Amino acid sequence: MKLALLTALNAERAARRATVVVTDVATGAQRMVREADIAADPLAELLGQALRAGKSRMAQTPQGEVFLAVQVPPVRIVVTGAVHISQALAPMAKLLGHDIAIVDPRTAFATPERFPRVELHAEWPDEVLPRIGVDRYTAFVALTHDPKIDDPALAIALRSECFYIGALGSRKTHGARVQRLKDAGFSDAQIARIHAPIGLPIGAISPAEIALSIMGEITASLRLSADATRANSRDAA
Amino acid sequence: MVSTDDDILNRAEAWRREGRGVAIATVVETWGSAPRPVGSHLIIDEEGNFLGSVSGGCVEGAVVGEAVDVIASGGPRMLEFGVADETAWRVGLSCGGRIKVLVERVD
Repeated sequence: MKLALLTALNAERAARRATVVVTDVATGAQRMVREADIAADPLAELLGQALRAGKSRMAQTPQGEVFLAVQVPPVRIVVTGAVHISQALAPMAKLLGHDIAIVDPRTAFATPERFPRVELHAEWPDEVLPRIGVDRYTAFVALTHDPKIDDPALAIALRSECFYIGALGSRKTHGARVQRLKDAGFSDAQIARIHAPIGLPIGAISPAEIALSIMGEITASLRLSADATRANSRDAA
Repeated sequence: MVSTDDDILNRAEAWRREGRGVAIATVVETWGSAPRPVGSHLIIDEEGNFLGSVSGGCVEGAVVGEAVDVIASGGPRMLEFGVADETAWRVGLSCGGRIKVLVERVD
């Protein structure tokens, strides 16, 4: 691989854009195709399929055998609530290779002392989320228990393509939340995207255990089909 | 901590910029119960230092040896490990899977 290509590849990923690197297996010749350029590529159909599947693989082309290396952006977990559970969630996310951003306008919560080396935004989510972007490689987690903070963020997440939405709170809390979202104009189908009560049913008690159950549910949403994910999770309230 | 393939390719770029000879090994095909999915990377420098993985630690030793040759000689190399292969048993892909690994130099 040419250093220039490797540099360009790393830059695309840092900008959270997907790419496919096509390697001619016989000659070692390589080129990088950006997601935005796939439609105009001679291998458009093949590259589009590989990108949608998110899986690298060998493929036959009229020019011979190629390896398609699919690079999708790292998963990013966006959390509202610089709370105890988030303090456990942040190192777990990093261990799994995910990016994490924590949003909480309450400056007493969102401090670097409580969240060392974590991307922290001590602002309102409706200012932060549009700026950092909620894309289809993003999982959104609402943990504040405070509708003033969680609801505007949930509204943004529900209008996005993000692959996971979870919200902390009892069935009663979630019932009230569902009503508020309905009043705000969201449909039942849209609201059903929210995993609530949040997390896999592992009997979690401590903040770290709850973080683990959330991380497990996010992983299931990422790796399993939608049906299998539902079977794994608790029934929605 | 460098644990993901994203970090690993950034590290490969950094190593090369430091002037080290670098090769990238990539799993391009698997059959049966292979421990690491297609697209997984192992990066190697000219001294045999490595990061990442292409198997559960089974064939890394052999891949690193080939990679040091590739850094010296330049051309890409396709390696295959599996139960049908004496070498594979020796290097230990005993899980019963078979994998194909492309090793290329960063120029």
